[in-house]
Amino acid sequence: MPTFRPPRIPASEITPRSVYLRRRELLGMAAGGAALFAAHGALAAPLAAKPGPYKLDEAVTPLESITTYNNFYEFGVDKNAPSALSGNFKPRPWTVKVDGMVSKPGEFDIDQLMKDYALEDRTYRMRCVEGWSMVIPWIGFPLASLLDRVEPLGSAKFVAFETVVRPDEMPGQTGLFQPLPWPYVEGLRLDEARNPLTILAVGLYGETLPNQNGAPIRLVVPWKYGFKGIKSIVRISLTDKQPPSTWNIANPREYGFYSNVNPDVDHPRWSQATERRITGSGFFGEERRPTLLFNGYGKEVASLYAGMDLKANY
Amino acid sequence: MSSFTLPRKWQGASVWALYAVGLAPAIWSFYLGATGSLGADPVKTFERSLGLWALRFIIATLAVSPLRELGGPNLIRYRRALGLLAFYYALMHFTAYMVLDQRLDLHAVIADIIKRPYITIGMASLVMLVPLALTSNSYSIRKLGHNWNRLHKLVYLIAAGAALHFAMLVKVITLEPAIYIAIVALLLAYRPLRPYLKRRKKQRSVHQPAQ
Repeated sequence: MPTFRPPRIPASEITPRSVYLRRRELLGMAAGGAALFAAHGALAAPLAAKPGPYKLDEAVTPLESITTYNNFYEFGVDKNAPSALSGNFKPRPWTVKVDGMVSKPGEFDIDQLMKDYALEDRTYRMRCVEGWSMVIPWIGFPLASLLDRVEPLGSAKFVAFETVVRPDEMPGQTGLFQPLPWPYVEGLRLDEARNPLTILAVGLYGETLPNQNGAPIRLVVPWKYGFKGIKSIVRISLTDKQPPSTWNIANPREYGFYSNVNPDVDHPRWSQATERRITGSGFFGEERRPTLLFNGYGKEVASLYAGMDLKANY
Repeated sequence: MSSFTLPRKWQGASVWALYAVGLAPAIWSFYLGATGSLGADPVKTFERSLGLWALRFIIATLAVSPLRELGGPNLIRYRRALGLLAFYYALMHFTAYMVLDQRLDLHAVIADIIKRPYITIGMASLVMLVPLALTSNSYSIRKLGHNWNRLHKLVYLIAAGAALHFAMLVKVITLEPAIYIAIVALLLAYRPLRPYLKRRKKQRSVHQPAQ
């Protein structure tokens, strides 16, 4: 919950950006100083990618907004906590274990994965279940390519994902008030996971993923609410049972397994008919726009849900 | 009992100073929001900040009596201003929601008020604040007499509604809303305990030897 903080310097000397940085500084100091300076020094290496197959004719959200307005409760529940408090997080060395119902399980090094697959630009809409949206230029590769490599068994029906647990590096995982059970887990049906839209993202805006956006590797499923896009993945398991998902465990009435973006299925506490597009400008630049079924990706994914009651399978 | 007394000529000015200081957070965040420096989602940030300040001023209003009765300073002179500030912030909170957030989509606003319990409760609290604000002047206090006190007991319902409105909108209850709810609960629980506390205090003073 953002609160007003009285200015420490005369208003005339404040430029918008410095005010903004100061807010993060204060938060960082409150939570233990050192993390802050590391946060600003977090390395983002340039990342080359070829153009992807999907075109999106909408203004891309500024990098500043994408990297300072995050839900990543492992670092804290406030939107600016992940950017302020993720400086100590170490996204290297990193491996992703892929196991379960597969012929060739393995543990894959992140740098090797990034060499093995042709990285693509994938600019997607991102709709948060809270009612706001962005347009994010991800860099990544189709999850299907990794799945093909491990050869799922015929009995595999679902894919389960798991986020890293590192209380020493993730301050939201320590303390008395733990908002969610760790590790954060998510899941997809195998056909959803294999859909060409579904990617494992390793970068955005031409650089490797910042810590606050789920470094070094995260899931992006653009037709589902943002919380399905599990971050900092350490394990992917193929299974024949519908896997648990963290928000569904926390509040099963409000967050279903599917969580497809749908303007006609309201969240029990708020409407999902429209969304605020984050544009990085002031009050008067922000716009409210209608939310699209499957976040506008119906052409690609509607067939996955043919004949399904989307209200019952929210 | 300690007393909080300013020189007489400063007393009126101090109330006006409270209004000025009290409204500063709204003015400051409006300025930040209008100039694009209130973060990535300025509308939500502004809206929530106004709502939180409304709740803070309701808490401050409710804290005046217990503070005095439990031996703290007597701030009764400032209670009207604190209550009105709560009303102003609640009104600005609703205006920000309707104008900046919902872009004057009255259909959506009305649907929200009817269908979303946390908005229904928040709206009810704002509506109940209106008669209190309208009768906050000295004329009404004189005119309404005993009924004024009865009417202004609504503030307890408003406080409970505001705390509930806050608690119901968060995705998970974290420390911050938990603290606000606890403070409001304490302030409300104090009222039924009050006669008992007063009796004890009286007894204690009776038993003390005269000096």
